[in-house]
Formats: sequence, C-alpha cells, structure tokens
Amino acid sequence: MLITTVLNGKSLRQEVPADKTLLDFLRENGCLSVKRGCGTENCGLCTVWVDGTPVLSCSYPLPRIDGHEVTTLEGVREEAAAFGAYMAGEGAEQCGYCSPGFIMTVLAMERELRNPAEEEINAYLAGCLCRCTGYSSQMRAIRKYLEKRHETD
Amino acid sequence: MASFQNYIFPESLEDAYELLQANRRNAVIGGNGWLALGRQKLHTAIDLSRLGLGQIRVGPAYVEIGAMATLRQLERELPGSLLACCVKPIAGVQFRNLATVGGSLYSRFGFSDPVTALMAMDTTVLLHRQGDVPIVDFVWQKPSRDIVLGCRVENNGRRAAYQTLRLSATDLPVLTVAVSRLGSDWRVVVGARPGKAMLAEEASRLLSEGKADAGTAASAAAEELSFGSNMRGSGGYRRQIAQVLIARAIEQLHGEGGLAIC
Repeated sequence: MLITTVLNGKSLRQEVPADKTLLDFLRENGCLSVKRGCGTENCGLCTVWVDGTPVLSCSYPLPRIDGHEVTTLEGVREEAAAFGAYMAGEGAEQCGYCSPGFIMTVLAMERELRNPAEEEINAYLAGCLCRCTGYSSQMRAIRKYLEKRHETD
Repeated sequence: MASFQNYIFPESLEDAYELLQANRRNAVIGGNGWLALGRQKLHTAIDLSRLGLGQIRVGPAYVEIGAMATLRQLERELPGSLLACCVKPIAGVQFRNLATVGGSLYSRFGFSDPVTALMAMDTTVLLHRQGDVPIVDFVWQKPSRDIVLGCRVENNGRRAAYQTLRLSATDLPVLTVAVSRLGSDWRVVVGARPGKAMLAEEASRLLSEGKADAGTAASAAAEELSFGSNMRGSGGYRRQIAQVLIARAIEQLHGEGGLAIC
C-alpha cells in the first residue's frame, strides 16, 4: 500500500507491504540508529517517536504511519549530541548499542515530564534495558543534563 | 510478525464489522503488540485507528474508554486512578504508548492487569453487534467475531486497591489482585492465575456480609479459586501469594483508603 509520512523532517511517499513493521522500514531508509535488541517488545532499543510520542518501532504497524511524522535519533542530532556529552562525562557510555533507544526515551521524557523526581525518571526509563554502563552513571548524566536545560530555559 | 496481505482503515464501524466477517483470517489490529510477536497467517488487518475510538471521556456518571485508547493514556488522563496504577508495571512507556485497552479486553489475556482491575469495578464492555455486556460475562463468554468499541465504567464512588507480584519490574505478572468496595459491597478479583481473571464470589460475599476479616477473606478466595503453573510460578506458589496480596488489598480499603476510577 502507498503511505505518506514525514521522516526526520523529510516527506516520503512509498509503496510498502501491509505486514511490515516500522523498524524494518526505518532501517531500510537509512536510519541505522534504530536497533532490534530483543524482538520481544521488552528492551526499548527500537524506540522512535511517532508525532513526538515514544513507541517501539519493532511492533508498530507500518501502514499506520500514513499521515504521521516519525523521528529517529538521526532527526535530533544536536540534542542527542548534547545529552551524549553528559553520558560520556559521567562514564555512562560503553558499547553504545542501546544508546539510540535510550536517548530517544530520555529526550521524550524531557518533553513530557516537568522536573521529574528520580523515581519518576526510573519509571519512565524502565522500558530501556541493556544499559551495561550502569544505571547510576546514566542517572547522574540525566540529572545534570536536565538541570542544565532547566537553567537555560 | 504475523503476515497479512492487506491493511485496511475502514471508514465506518459497520464497514469494519463486515470486513471482519468476510474472511476467517481477517483480524482487528489493536496496538499490534501481540500480532508482532506471532507467526499467524492472516489475510487482512483491520485498523480502527481512524474511527475516533481513541478517547477517554470522564463524565459525572461514567468513564468511557475507547478501544483504541492506549494504556499510557490511562496513566496520563486518569492520574492517580486504579487504571493508572494497574498499567504502570506493564513493560515500558514505549510499549504502553502502543498497547490498547480494546486489545487487552478482546484478547482476554490471563495476565492482563487492566482486565483484572476493570473486573473489580462496575464495567460494561461495549460491542458493535452484541451491545453492552458486563465485563465478567464478556471475559468468560466464547469469543465472537465482534468489534470491541471500548468500555464504560460507572463513576459511582467505588474504590479499589491493586496488588501484583512480578519476578522483575516490567515483566508479565505472576499474579494480579484487585479488590474493590462500594459501601459494604466488596469484590475480590484475581488474575494471572495464570488463567483469566476471576471473581472470588465466596470471599466477596463474606466481606460484604461483614463476616470475615482480611486474612479470613483472603484464605477463602485462595481456597475457592483455581491456580495453575507456568514458567513464572507453580499453582501452589500462586495460591500462597494470592492470600498475601488479597489481604493487603483489603487492608488498603479500610477507612477512606483505595483508588478511584478517575
């Protein structure tokens, strides 16, 4: 079927199979930041935004994207780099495999929650697994990043 | 991922219903969480997302939840409620932004947190053809090829407590428990037994008649319900855990405690 979507700010019109997932479509269209970590809807590595909402692209039915906007890490490079610097600064970056999904979830959380407490941050990020550098260093990076953003606002 | 040849956005509920009857291998697609994990061979996927079923409406007498409303919407639009509480431990935010209330209802999953919670409230499931069906009847009736439009929960002041045991955060539950109370009318519901959620009728009666304290009612419920084994726990283990979780939920409802529907 024919779908029309906006991927990272760019309009796309493509003929696609009815039973493809958003994840496969994104990777075929060059968004290689999107990873299939578990394939069982647990790990959050395939997280992208649909109209700004973080979703698992591994289970999102592609035809439903018709008329909607998709954002991957490739579409928020500057913000991702800014947060990535905090992760590196806190030793919260190792192999990087889970980072794209994790960063997309953190940036979505930043837009959704106002001054979240640590408990709220943990709850919001509970669907991001892998994270071999440790949850504590990531929490430090998130807190410092959010504080800085808060100051700049 | 399940396979299918066609993907249709029907323009009306009647079109959706007719399409569903047209072929045994046509299926309504909710959040796609379940279908994406399977290998089912389907013919046509029927997407209801353009039929205005994604709303949660809070009225003076009822809360109406559309079939395409997501589990995450329950948290965001009904903060502090029973339904917000019961979906919080389900996978991650990214999953709950996809999974739909209609999908949870129609699938009648044994492990379903929202089905357990909704069964403890005064909930009616709204079906396109069959009309309005009380949730207990809906969950236990033979699945028909009808379309779930959503559910309606009476906003009558009934309060509830929710308890669940999981082996790890975000995993499917080993057991789910919802206990509710409206005045002296109590209701004890246990899900993930691992079968479908069930009303513990004897325990509910004992509590409603004021004939049992938390411990006695919890024992009665554990006695009258059946429990089975799966990879997350044995039936015997579930029976033991059920007593603890039910007693805790009952304690939470004494006085003014408990969660409202909205």
